[in-house]
Amino acid sequence: MSPSLVVPDLIRDRWPLGRSGRPAVPAFAGTTLLAGIALLMALLAAPVAAQDSLPPAPYAYQQLDDPKLEAQAQALMQTLRCLKCQSQSIADSDAPMAGDMRHQVRSRLMAGDRPEEIRDWLIDRYGDYVSYEPRVTSATWPLFALPLVLFVVALLVVARRLRKRA
Amino acid sequence: MKRLRWGLWAVVAVFAALLALFALQLSRPKDDFVQSAMIGKPVPEFALPAAVEIRPGLSSADLADGRPKLLNIFASWCVPCAAEAPYLAELERQGATIVAVAIRDRPEDVAAFLERYGNPFARIGADDKSEVQFLIGSSGVPETFVVDGKGVIRHQHIGDIRESDVPKLLEKLREAGE
Repeated sequence: MSPSLVVPDLIRDRWPLGRSGRPAVPAFAGTTLLAGIALLMALLAAPVAAQDSLPPAPYAYQQLDDPKLEAQAQALMQTLRCLKCQSQSIADSDAPMAGDMRHQVRSRLMAGDRPEEIRDWLIDRYGDYVSYEPRVTSATWPLFALPLVLFVVALLVVARRLRKRA
Repeated sequence: MKRLRWGLWAVVAVFAALLALFALQLSRPKDDFVQSAMIGKPVPEFALPAAVEIRPGLSSADLADGRPKLLNIFASWCVPCAAEAPYLAELERQGATIVAVAIRDRPEDVAAFLERYGNPFARIGADDKSEVQFLIGSSGVPETFVVDGKGVIRHQHIGDIRESDVPKLLEKLREAGE
């Protein structure tokens, strides 16, 4: 894949030229000359592969001094979705946006917010999707109610059968 | 015995209904976009310093100055942001006021980006920690918000603006001005 083939995909998917945008380099491309050229091109391509040039936010990778607060931060970050890489939590993701979200979580905890307040703050902006923790809402209650209903039905069926047999 | 058979058919029917539901949902195209939950709400208070020397910074007060605006979330390192540049220019040419927030960007990079792709922005705020992005429920770059004269978010366009999106955004902007 050459970089020029990668770009249309990136445009469609709204991805910056990120880690995955780095062109695969044929390491043994026939002659050493070709390999040398390919290597040179890969080196030239490296600066393009940077997502952004700013350093991460202060608390993106820096733990909080208070171990109790940091434990709260970790627990919360494990259950918040990274919006850029949506199958990862912000604790798992190295996307710059996930780093900025971790900074938000840690600095808000330091400012005295409770973890659930921070989760609600994000849900207010992105909807339930941003949280991995299931919530009982008007849309999700059947998921919680159905197992109970099935259990009761099963109990009734068993009870009837036992009564018939007796 | 007759009743048991009815029961079995009911189980089969429920199973078939489930299969149909799965088939329907699986055949739908995947939608990765996370819509902002802030549409219809006022832009929260913020004040960003200028991202480049040639344009002032951006604050929530600027968004509530009585005139509807487009708020473009972009970055110089974002490829689709370059792709949408001609259509932002077209929107500006057709009378839209466009203000912008540059996400995690360096002044010299923003300046070079504007030099290369044009500058349709009246104001550009520098959002080094994605804070304003979180405030308005934006989940990536580029995104474009329609904000009315009172500073209320009226519409969110996710992804790069294409030619076909220009009339729609102008229409949303007109609606926001009513």
